[in-house]
Amino acid sequence: MLNKTIKELSQGLQQGDFSSVELTTTYLDRINTLDQQFNSFISVTDEQALSAAKAADERIAKGSATIWTGIPFAHKDIFCTEGVLTTCGSKMLSNFIPPYNATVASNFEQAGAVCLGKTNMDEFAMGSSNESSFYGKVINPWSQDEPLVPGGSSGGSAAAVAARLTPIATATDTGGSIRQPASFCGLTGLKPTYGRVSRYGMVAFASSLDQGGPMARSAEDAALMLNVMAGYDAKDSTSINREVPDYAANLDTSIKGLKIGLPKEFFSEHLDAEIQAVIQTAIKQLENQGAEIKEISLPHAHLGVPAYYVIAPAECSANLSRFDGVRYGHRCENPEDLMDLYMRSRSEGFGDEVKRRILIGSYALSAGYYDAYYRKAQQVRRLIKNDYVAAFENVDVVLSPTTPSTAFGFNSKGDDPVQMYLEDIFTISANLAGLPGLSLPAGMIKGLPIGMQLTGNYFAEKTILKVAHQFQQETDWHLKAPSNL
Amino acid sequence: MSIGPDDIKKIALLSRLHVEDEQAPKLSNDISNILDLVDQLQAVDTTDVEPMAHPMDAVQILRADQVTESNQREQLQKNAPMTENGLFLVPKVIE
Repeated sequence: MLNKTIKELSQGLQQGDFSSVELTTTYLDRINTLDQQFNSFISVTDEQALSAAKAADERIAKGSATIWTGIPFAHKDIFCTEGVLTTCGSKMLSNFIPPYNATVASNFEQAGAVCLGKTNMDEFAMGSSNESSFYGKVINPWSQDEPLVPGGSSGGSAAAVAARLTPIATATDTGGSIRQPASFCGLTGLKPTYGRVSRYGMVAFASSLDQGGPMARSAEDAALMLNVMAGYDAKDSTSINREVPDYAANLDTSIKGLKIGLPKEFFSEHLDAEIQAVIQTAIKQLENQGAEIKEISLPHAHLGVPAYYVIAPAECSANLSRFDGVRYGHRCENPEDLMDLYMRSRSEGFGDEVKRRILIGSYALSAGYYDAYYRKAQQVRRLIKNDYVAAFENVDVVLSPTTPSTAFGFNSKGDDPVQMYLEDIFTISANLAGLPGLSLPAGMIKGLPIGMQLTGNYFAEKTILKVAHQFQQETDWHLKAPSNL
Repeated sequence: MSIGPDDIKKIALLSRLHVEDEQAPKLSNDISNILDLVDQLQAVDTTDVEPMAHPMDAVQILRADQVTESNQREQLQKNAPMTENGLFLVPKVIE
């Protein structure tokens, strides 16, 4: 049951092999008994899940079900869910019960899927290890002797799917927050083109970079999720009004003749030798399946992390100014005056990493520094985008490692935040350019999964999903599960 | 680019965040390191490059000027820390 695909689960439900109530109970029991060791959920919504499962069973009996009706899943705790606590991993929102649903949450609800609960994450999605959550760190289910990070910021979603506590989970990605945890937890995760998935009701971090997407065990499951998540939404002014294809259709077509580009900047002598070996083997596999491999150049790619650490904090400092202790969120006790209310509510409600990023953003946007930092970063952002636009004139897909290492230990990045920021070196450019990026398991190093990243042209999610699916037809890395489950 | 503890306290005030005196040196060190990373940008020639604010260069879409929302004050204020008679309460601002 636990390793079935979404299609298989759906078939089982439609044929009456098991009911949604049975399926949902199985997962709730697993969460309630096993999640103490992973801490991947912030809230488990037993009651709502069971009533949604009952409704799904009735819908199936009536013959009006979709492929998602009765399928359990989890939401990253960044998506607003009406009547259900939505914390975004922060003390600031530890009492926030949204009065409305995010569009992504409404979409899953209308499809009849059953939400099991809300997954843990780095505070306000700022982090690459899940260490910044107010609700405690998440443990990677692949940990051996020492506990390892699941990656971040969607570390709770990744750990929960890897530990088979849910078949799939929603996630978000601002600089790598879907792809990096997917790599560390042996999963298939996709960040769609900017504007493809509505950001309405998704707590904002950096609005020109944030994008919701699927966390799944296979490309096919991710494609089915994207079918539910993608689409124009008038409530998100940056949503793109463009037809949504059936992402799960025609995944079976061959990749013969498809051109895959390898950016020489991402395969330098600094790349870890074991990762280099895994990725080269995966490239050979794709070549055997008919893909043409070409070297390409992304000359400004190394500037992705520096540009990101101006743009993302600048947008974060503006977005997080809404937390004032007045309308919702944490409020300090007995404020002396309005300034004291703002200062103490914010200082008590935000953790260290969030504060650091607000400070950098305020600095970069302040008088005298705006041109040197913010404007400069926006210019470099265009150069990074132009590199990709040029590359996609010659290739269909860009392939690279997803992460510079496998899952690392807690506190292993030391005290310097820059070491953590460099984790996202391969993933960040896709956010800056607004391109779709996917990570899928490419191999194992010392018993730990490692991902490879496929970046596609604008709105070419189907192409990268097809390459991933075809790879998964000939390899079994995506079927590997942590041994201690 | 380095930024001293006094600058940190100034930006913190702009950001409405409180920084304790003993936290300022560590924060100033962290943020100086981040600014060193960011300073790589200064080496790039960006003459005549248009700044990019949005991946699709989309512009703000305006909706028709029609009432679409109903009054949900009570429901929305359920999350407010302090309200009275439908108003948000803050400490006294005007003497």
